Amino acid sequence: MKTHLLPLTALGLASCLQLSSAADITGKVVLKGTPKPEITIDMSSDPKCGALHSGPVTTRHYVAGPGGGLANVFVYIKSGAKPSASPPSDVPLLLDQVGCEYMPYVAGVQVNQKFKIKNSDPTLHNIHPLPTVNKEFNIAQAVKDQVNEKVFDKPEVMVKFKCDVHPWMFAYVGVLDHSYFAVTDKEGNYKISGLPNGKYTIEAYHVKTHGANPGVSQEITVDGDKKVDFTIELK
Amino acid sequence: MTRTNDNAWLRRFAIITAASTLILICIGGVVTSKGVGMAVPDWPTTYGYNMFFFPFSKWVGGIFYEHTHRLVASGVGLLTTVLALWLFGRKARPLLRWLGICLLLGGIGAGLFLRVQDALVLGVVGVLSLCASFVWPSGEPAPPRLRRLGIIAFAAVVLQGVLGGLRVTEMKDEIGIFHATLAQLFLALTCVIALFLTRWWQNLAGQKLESVGKGWRLFFVSSTALVLAQLVLGATMRHQHAGLAVPDFPLAYGRIWPAMDAASVAQYNQHRFEATAHNPITAFQIGVHMAHRIVALAILITVGGAAWRTTWRLGMKNPLTRLSLAWFCLILVQAVLGAMTVLTNKAADIATAHVAVGALALVTGSFLSVISFRLSVPVGASSPAAHESAAMFSTPFATGGRVQ
Repeated sequence: MKTHLLPLTALGLASCLQLSSAADITGKVVLKGTPKPEITIDMSSDPKCGALHSGPVTTRHYVAGPGGGLANVFVYIKSGAKPSASPPSDVPLLLDQVGCEYMPYVAGVQVNQKFKIKNSDPTLHNIHPLPTVNKEFNIAQAVKDQVNEKVFDKPEVMVKFKCDVHPWMFAYVGVLDHSYFAVTDKEGNYKISGLPNGKYTIEAYHVKTHGANPGVSQEITVDGDKKVDFTIELK
Repeated sequence: MTRTNDNAWLRRFAIITAASTLILICIGGVVTSKGVGMAVPDWPTTYGYNMFFFPFSKWVGGIFYEHTHRLVASGVGLLTTVLALWLFGRKARPLLRWLGICLLLGGIGAGLFLRVQDALVLGVVGVLSLCASFVWPSGEPAPPRLRRLGIIAFAAVVLQGVLGGLRVTEMKDEIGIFHATLAQLFLALTCVIALFLTRWWQNLAGQKLESVGKGWRLFFVSSTALVLAQLVLGATMRHQHAGLAVPDFPLAYGRIWPAMDAASVAQYNQHRFEATAHNPITAFQIGVHMAHRIVALAILITVGGAAWRTTWRLGMKNPLTRLSLAWFCLILVQAVLGAMTVLTNKAADIATAHVAVGALALVTGSFLSVISFRLSVPVGASSPAAHESAAMFSTPFATGGRVQ
């Protein structure tokens, strides 16, 4: 019994140390400035799309909460994180087409992590991402509940997905070679878990604000849980 | 029984082919204006169906425009094939017969190894071709150069179809630019063929018109080339799929020349709200847009100069003068449509009209070019070069016999 106790204790201690050196980064992204009003989408070109909504549907360029928190901001470790030694998560991202809109609007996956694209609508869609580094594809989803599985094998921030049948449909997926990323919620809050202690560059990237330019970055030193807030300013 | 040399039906058919091509360009323009060129991800099938059997209930959203474009393109391909064969007269019958047999065999093969849909399409076209080959075409062949133009038109429409398909399967915007440019050139070609078949062209030789110097030929060809360059610029702009790179007119982002540094471009993108999935604006796109405006101004001056100079030097009775005036009116309309395209934030109908009028401007320039070549042969010239040139631009139908 004594001979088993020592290695078990050592293992337990090592696990605790590992956990204690992995931090959670939380924070809020706030929008400064007043964006233009969102545009109402005309879905009349496919009556089946319009029938899925009881009220008007608008674009989602700037989704800001009452406190100014900005949703759909892709927050990620831009540098300092080593590529994941372990395989990517088994849990695939689901990019769904619901009511002729992509859900979610912004998401993240790891390199070689499978993601599923589903057609939950009673109408045709085509899935057409426009990567600059990864391989482009354009596939038809003619049947409700059809699911296709895809993988991107190179890091890329961000890949735009669109539907050519319904030109108002678009979404964005960030592809990274590690798992330290998050997307802000409706209040602008985010959380990145399990980041080892060390020095990093963390970036908040908003598609509409930053476009082809880099997002807002901060240099941080992680030695425990940390709060990192961002302000995105409209000029 | 040999038909007479009354080719009125051939004339009409050539005009129908040219008009159908213009309609096809308009539909293609709508496809690009609405950004739905990739709405059908496969080719030559449509969502797995033979394109002629795609259920109408599924013609939704962007599929409606793209699929209609493909169907009309098939129709124009058929019309062009018929025109090319017809220009060969009776000589085309053996070719048509063999084509019919090959299509029938293809249909049988498709039925055995592919699908009934494909077999039906090939079979029906094969049977029709075979049956037609026993009675049509009749009549004398057109002059060799006109027959060659028919062959070029056939090759061009096949190439155009392939380019359209490759644009979809290879997902390359650059192919879309070639596809758009070739469409305009193809329209000009079909219109020129139709022109050569008209009574007016045939009677041109008999009119006592002052011959024009070589300078006119060079002028009209150069001006037409400038119009073509403008069409290429326009196609490049449209196939960036970035919407309007400059949203105001006559200024550009409130200035005569817009700021094109990275910070300014980022600001343009920040404040641009679109309901569709346009690509972000880049400095290159702004540059191309401004070049398009500058070349538009150059064309306005050039064509205006043509209208003025022909009126002054050749007089109103000369066809070059009347056509130059029509060309100038067309360019004025085009300029207004260009401004309206910007001011309406690229409304699909206005943008498509802009494409169509641009195509007509190229056709008019092409007409002026060939007419200036025709009129540069002096009336009554007896040199071998003069006869060669006259033969190039005449048809046998007026003379009632074959032209070698």
